[in-house]
Amino acid sequence: MISRIWRTRLAPYALILPGWLWLVIFFVVPTLSMLSVSTMTGNDLDGFKQTFHLSTYSDAWSEYHTQIVRSLVYGLIATVLCLVIAYPVAYWIAFRGGRYKSSLLFLLLLPFFVSFVIRTQSWEFMLDDHGMVLGTLRTFHLVGVMKTLHLVSSSGTILQTSTAVIGGLVYNFLPFTVLPIYVALERVEPSLLEASSDLYANKFHAFRKVVFPLSLPGIFAAVLLTFVPVASDYVNAQILGGTKNTMIGTAIETEYFTNLNYPVAAALSFILMAVLLIGVFLYARILGTEDALEMAAA
Amino acid sequence: MSELQLPPDLLRGLTTPRLTRRRAMQLGGMSALGLALAGCSISGSSPSASSGGKVSLEVAREQIATFWASQKKGSQLNFANWPLYIDVGSKNSDHPTLDMFTKQTGIKVKYDEVIQQDDTYYGKIAPQLKQGDGTGYDLMVITNGIYLDDLIERDYLIPLDQSAMPNFYAYASDLVKDTSYDRGNAYTMAWASGITGIGYDPKLVGKKITSWNDLLDPALKGKVGMFGDTEDLPNAALCAIGVNPETSTEADWKKAADWLKKQRPLVRKYYQQDYVAPLSKGDLYASQAWSGDIFQANANGAHLEFVVPDEGAPIWTDNMCIPQHAAHARDAMIYMDWVYQPKIAALLADYINYITPVPATQQIFAAEAKDATSSDDRDYYTTLSTSPLVFPAQADYSKLHRYRVLSAAELTTWNNLFEPIYQS
Repeated sequence: MISRIWRTRLAPYALILPGWLWLVIFFVVPTLSMLSVSTMTGNDLDGFKQTFHLSTYSDAWSEYHTQIVRSLVYGLIATVLCLVIAYPVAYWIAFRGGRYKSSLLFLLLLPFFVSFVIRTQSWEFMLDDHGMVLGTLRTFHLVGVMKTLHLVSSSGTILQTSTAVIGGLVYNFLPFTVLPIYVALERVEPSLLEASSDLYANKFHAFRKVVFPLSLPGIFAAVLLTFVPVASDYVNAQILGGTKNTMIGTAIETEYFTNLNYPVAAALSFILMAVLLIGVFLYARILGTEDALEMAAA
Repeated sequence: MSELQLPPDLLRGLTTPRLTRRRAMQLGGMSALGLALAGCSISGSSPSASSGGKVSLEVAREQIATFWASQKKGSQLNFANWPLYIDVGSKNSDHPTLDMFTKQTGIKVKYDEVIQQDDTYYGKIAPQLKQGDGTGYDLMVITNGIYLDDLIERDYLIPLDQSAMPNFYAYASDLVKDTSYDRGNAYTMAWASGITGIGYDPKLVGKKITSWNDLLDPALKGKVGMFGDTEDLPNAALCAIGVNPETSTEADWKKAADWLKKQRPLVRKYYQQDYVAPLSKGDLYASQAWSGDIFQANANGAHLEFVVPDEGAPIWTDNMCIPQHAAHARDAMIYMDWVYQPKIAALLADYINYITPVPATQQIFAAEAKDATSSDDRDYYTTLSTSPLVFPAQADYSKLHRYRVLSAAELTTWNNLFEPIYQS
């Protein structure tokens, strides 16, 4: 009797216990701890005391809102660019990859075997004033056009502009966009395409009415996996950015490690987290799928 | 010189220490922040904040003597230093002076190039020291300034054994003896010093740079680099407006911040240590620069010039010091004094190219130049022994100023003024 109750009622809870413990120890406790730190006052020398000082949040916002907004804008642009680049790549690998599928995916992940910092550093070499990118642009007399589009600085350089930072972000996070879309497209039954052509849909219609809607969960997951880390990235802006490209990640790092101002660093982290969550939920609503998270997980 | 082809700034960037899992746990889990949840406060780290005030000088001296009497020579020294800051042998990974040290004393040296910036390194070791844990190192090199002041103030350093530094007192230059940041060398001995001046490419700039105000020239728009920190940037700006940083007032700081704001639209980026490569390549025409970096860049084929501007410039010293809970304090003490023998100091200065704390090395280099068999060697040693970057002239010293020493309250004002300039 007891063993039956155990099996039917308690066993599922026991099974997810390790997961819960993991979440509590490594997410809930640190989060609450940071939340508690964010309302403390004091300094590193005399110590920090809990005073429920909420205005740390408004102070942090008024000091760093430019960087927060900038991070969101960069995140948005980079995510859109990633989607535009990633979708055809994922489509091609899923439908035309054939027996080379796994090799192609491996190639896509290959840059990950090199350190993040070195990858970004090599962009610095490519984008510098005498590097190959500007060299090519000069050969084809495109620098003037780029200047009009504000893609290069007024003195015709790329490094230390937002173009360089967003470029680096797109490059570094592209695989996070490709993989979820690939997984979604991979699951589309080829017989569905045959069926749609039987029903007189041409290739474009088949894509628009069948393949694309089926890949939406993949796109949703891709946007989440790209936008969130991109908006909180702090390496690209530091290496490729200039005086007007600092992102919020860098500011948090400075507050924490350089100024040892733990409350402000914690408050900024929570502001960023809140803004990202609001963004994600709004996005889920606009996409029209209330249980979009569930879809993405499916 | 070394055979290293990579620019020094890149190499520094590549040697970021990786956190081991245990240390990550300590930092994330048991650090002050982790404990905050339980205690609802983070305890302060100044000795007076935790236990009852300071002890009298005599008691302190006695305690120091007792401590050192208990410290016996061991066979291991764990040394944390900055990248490209020690001699390198033919294998590129060996350090001849360290091998010599091991041979002469029987003390093995684990040499790690883990310090890239004072602020981030301090941010890493401070929580460990606060908990009463060791850093894993017996010897580390920290620049004078905010972070060294903090280490001393919080009792995070072991006071030196004054009876065990005969070479230091015999050979150290006046610049590094009894300094304003460490009276009586109670905690530190200098490793090397440097000047924060201007490095520039004369061909690209098209004229001689002699003043900080030359960096306000609109012709340099987008081609000027400055440092993104709260020491070199503000102290240089104070020099630029004609004020001695050491004795500057809050009103001066505001003027200096205004000077920097005026300059900001011309600045390409506020660099950490990554300015050498763009300056050598011509992406920057002129930049705030450290003397030794320019010397090394030129030895690697660049054609840059370094100036100490007319208005003056900051001079800094990187200092060897022993963190609390060091397992081999005596071995660290032995090493610190050992490097002050002129012959050893010459071997180090030959590679480091910053201002050596042992002036007697100048004669050694002059002799090397005289005895050199190849013209390359002769040129190199002549440059080295006559370089004002390694051996500044007496006249230069009057223009060189130490960083402003700041109290905790002043530091907040200072940071609030200068940080927004490079952080935005």
